[in-house]
Amino acid sequence: MFDLTGKSALVTGASGGIGAAIARALHGAGAQVALSGTREDPLRALAGELGQGAHVVPCNLSDPQAVDALPKAASAAMGSLDILVNNAGITRDNLFMRMSDDDWNAVIDVNLTATMRLCRGAIRGMMKARWGRIVNIGSVVGAIGNPGQANYAAAKAGMVGLSKALAHEVAARNITVNCVAPGFISTAMTEKLTEDQRAGLMQKIPAGRMGEADEVAGAVLYLASPVAGYVTGATLHVNGGMAML
Amino acid sequence: MSDIADRVKKIVVEHLGVEEDKITDNASFIDDLGADSLDTVELVMAFEEEFGIEIPDDAAENIQTFGDAVKFISEAK
Repeated sequence: MFDLTGKSALVTGASGGIGAAIARALHGAGAQVALSGTREDPLRALAGELGQGAHVVPCNLSDPQAVDALPKAASAAMGSLDILVNNAGITRDNLFMRMSDDDWNAVIDVNLTATMRLCRGAIRGMMKARWGRIVNIGSVVGAIGNPGQANYAAAKAGMVGLSKALAHEVAARNITVNCVAPGFISTAMTEKLTEDQRAGLMQKIPAGRMGEADEVAGAVLYLASPVAGYVTGATLHVNGGMAML
Repeated sequence: MSDIADRVKKIVVEHLGVEEDKITDNASFIDDLGADSLDTVELVMAFEEEFGIEIPDDAAENIQTFGDAVKFISEAK
């Protein structure tokens, strides 16, 4: 049902846990994948594991010129760019009263501005092809907030607004723009949580556990597939019931 | 009619699905040929590709009619 044969997908942050799971899911459905990230070694390892139809396109998302060049590089490697998954993200947590401009700007630049730039770079080809899928990976934090993450929450909420506005503009061209908002997923990012934080979290998650990267990848695969053609401007929450939105 | 005008006309016919005889020099893409704002962006993209030129945003805003497009492209080439 979720067949992506003949499609080409760019996944940012593919060196991380969720990004790698997304790349595996899209590749498993038949898509070519361009794996992007800052650390080349894990990208090469993943490309080796996936084999044919996997390409490595490294990019530092805090460098605007590199970001503008990425969709072109991905398209050149794969022959087209039909699916864009903006998954890369960084955190610079701090209490708001102590949050510096640098903490704020770094998170907004990578999580929100780079997403905008990649959408802009990818949309032209999608318009011409009269088909496209953009899936932006947000966060439950963008919807309900989180202490210490004013920058991250702002970036992720901004991503939702960006996605909705863009979804309006391109809907008539068979291009959908959606968000997937994970809750707490077992990855390197959430391993930084202390035991106390973890225990506190579990009480707020009806499912009683952290999510797995595959469970986020499944949501992305659905939204990237042809059967999700009538879903646009939506946010699919994958959070074990932590926030039922 | 010039070669450029013919090629521009072909693009407009393909993109907007209008009859060729409706495309006069003064025909406005939006008011007369049924284009929406996104169509006009796509037309400019198609012109750039067909003629191998760059049409900056401020110039693109001034391309309102078929005649404007032919004139701009003729001068840019």
